[in-house]
Amino acid sequence: MAMMNNTSKKPFNFPAGTVIRGKWYKQIYTIVKELGYGANGMVYLVQGASGYLALKMSDSNVSITSEVNVLKSFSKVQGTPLGPKLHQVDDWETRGQKIHFYTMEYIQGMNLLNFVQSKGTAWTGVLIAQLLSDLERIHNEGWVFGDLKPENLIVTGPPYRIRCIDVGGTTIQGRAIKEFTEFFDRGYWLGASRKAEPTYDLFSVGMILINLAYPQRFNKTESGNMQQLRKAIAAKDQLCKFQYTIEKALEGSFPSAGEMRMHLLDALSHGASTQSSAPKQSRRASAASSSRQPTQQPSRVQKQRKKSSHFLETVLVIMIVSLLYVLYIYGELM
Amino acid sequence: MMKTGTLRQILLLTDGCSNQGEDPIAMAALAKEQGITVNVIGVMDNDVIDDNGMQEIEGIALSGGGVSQIVYAQQLSQTVQMVTRKAMTQTLQGVVNNELKQILGKSASMEELPPDQRGEVMEVVDELGESVDMEVLILVDTSASMKHKLPTVKEALLDLSLSLNARMGDNKFSVFVFPGKRQDVEKLLDWTPKLETLTSIFSKLSPGGITPTGPAISEALTYFKKKRSLRGLLSRGDDEQYFEETI
Repeated sequence: MAMMNNTSKKPFNFPAGTVIRGKWYKQIYTIVKELGYGANGMVYLVQGASGYLALKMSDSNVSITSEVNVLKSFSKVQGTPLGPKLHQVDDWETRGQKIHFYTMEYIQGMNLLNFVQSKGTAWTGVLIAQLLSDLERIHNEGWVFGDLKPENLIVTGPPYRIRCIDVGGTTIQGRAIKEFTEFFDRGYWLGASRKAEPTYDLFSVGMILINLAYPQRFNKTESGNMQQLRKAIAAKDQLCKFQYTIEKALEGSFPSAGEMRMHLLDALSHGASTQSSAPKQSRRASAASSSRQPTQQPSRVQKQRKKSSHFLETVLVIMIVSLLYVLYIYGELM
Repeated sequence: MMKTGTLRQILLLTDGCSNQGEDPIAMAALAKEQGITVNVIGVMDNDVIDDNGMQEIEGIALSGGGVSQIVYAQQLSQTVQMVTRKAMTQTLQGVVNNELKQILGKSASMEELPPDQRGEVMEVVDELGESVDMEVLILVDTSASMKHKLPTVKEALLDLSLSLNARMGDNKFSVFVFPGKRQDVEKLLDWTPKLETLTSIFSKLSPGGITPTGPAISEALTYFKKKRSLRGLLSRGDDEQYFEETI
């Protein structure tokens, strides 16, 4: 699995130029370079008859076949493609070893973390909103993505668009999540269920937002829980405007990816201090509710707010007094 | 949905070579003969497991029909659940392959099918993996060198029950440690669907002593058997296959 990256050796080590010949369909692919690996297999960039493709190989027929099943099901969904487009499934017999592989569309771009680091955090909201609309379609098809993390999200373009690339963890709703990475797993942090349901993915999206502010990630303390995560969110300025969206996602209180998307977009357009639990609340109402939450704000902001309210009071008093004066003069003149 | 039976596994957590009693590799082979899969996880710390230890770990899993993995203590949680699931899928695939052989003749197995036809077989394996009942007997090495790894082992086992309990099938876990206070093996936790109770018991453990891996496995087997003999009238004999009832 993907999380084994640190300890596991590469499962294969084929140099560039290696020629892979499919046993069943006789197609020929030439390895250009390595794209990545996990304990379950390896992905290479290959040159096929019709151009570049990504080729995933594994000695486990199980993981290859179940990923192919997911990609086939994704390909039937209308709209922007949900995963990489599946090209072909085949076997390769080399030096007495049987290797299973499939080829798919090569999605070129940076992974989410590198992209945001190089292009700036202004992209975070947009890309996460795109991700959430893809997730909503995945959920509507009866799947849960499972192993959501920045490494599995590629930003292509321009125009920039986020794409999910590794469907190794994608699970039918109601079953047990097939594959996950601890930092993005609600079981690891909260001891919450690993049953595949939309809220499982939304928790991971919350953790992706945290990961973008903490590129090195962090481990849970003794008994990792919401408190530790809340503190981590509060400690980073760049997470300020996402604070309530992330917290709700971690608590599992968004019923769907679409709801989370609306909440996120709403928070972005209303600025940092907005806490609108209902997205349709008016701007004034949400501003009022945020000023009722003094503990959430750094003290400097509070002082500024106090100062400005003093100013408002003074202006109001002067205006009323001058109004009365005008009325008085008016009365005198009559 | 298909009617499924019970999968039986022994999960052995150790950090090195056995030094007393029967050959653990032979004992693992014995387990396999009785339809019980043996998986082994070698828990490294900063120290490394020597060649003998490594060979023994791989040997036990190989002859026990299971999966082995060497891992640093920090990565234990993910590994334990992965190894258990992988072994489960492997066993189920074996069962499905047997069925295929009966239908399609001797040489048929999922691997021999053209890629396009594998998908449907895989869906059957997936569905079985979701619905099959599991009995996992966890065997923890508590010799002196394991002492500071035990808190991580406890975490990993809680994590395992979280993963398996997300499935639709039922799970039963039991936990044994070796060496025990008086015998080679000591029961910590009787068959239960929840591993949470482990938390309090684990902290009372006092690791130390020898590593009788072989005797521990053979003792663990009798525990499965005892349990089974209670329901022996309902299920078929022990030794013919992994499954009581399949498909």
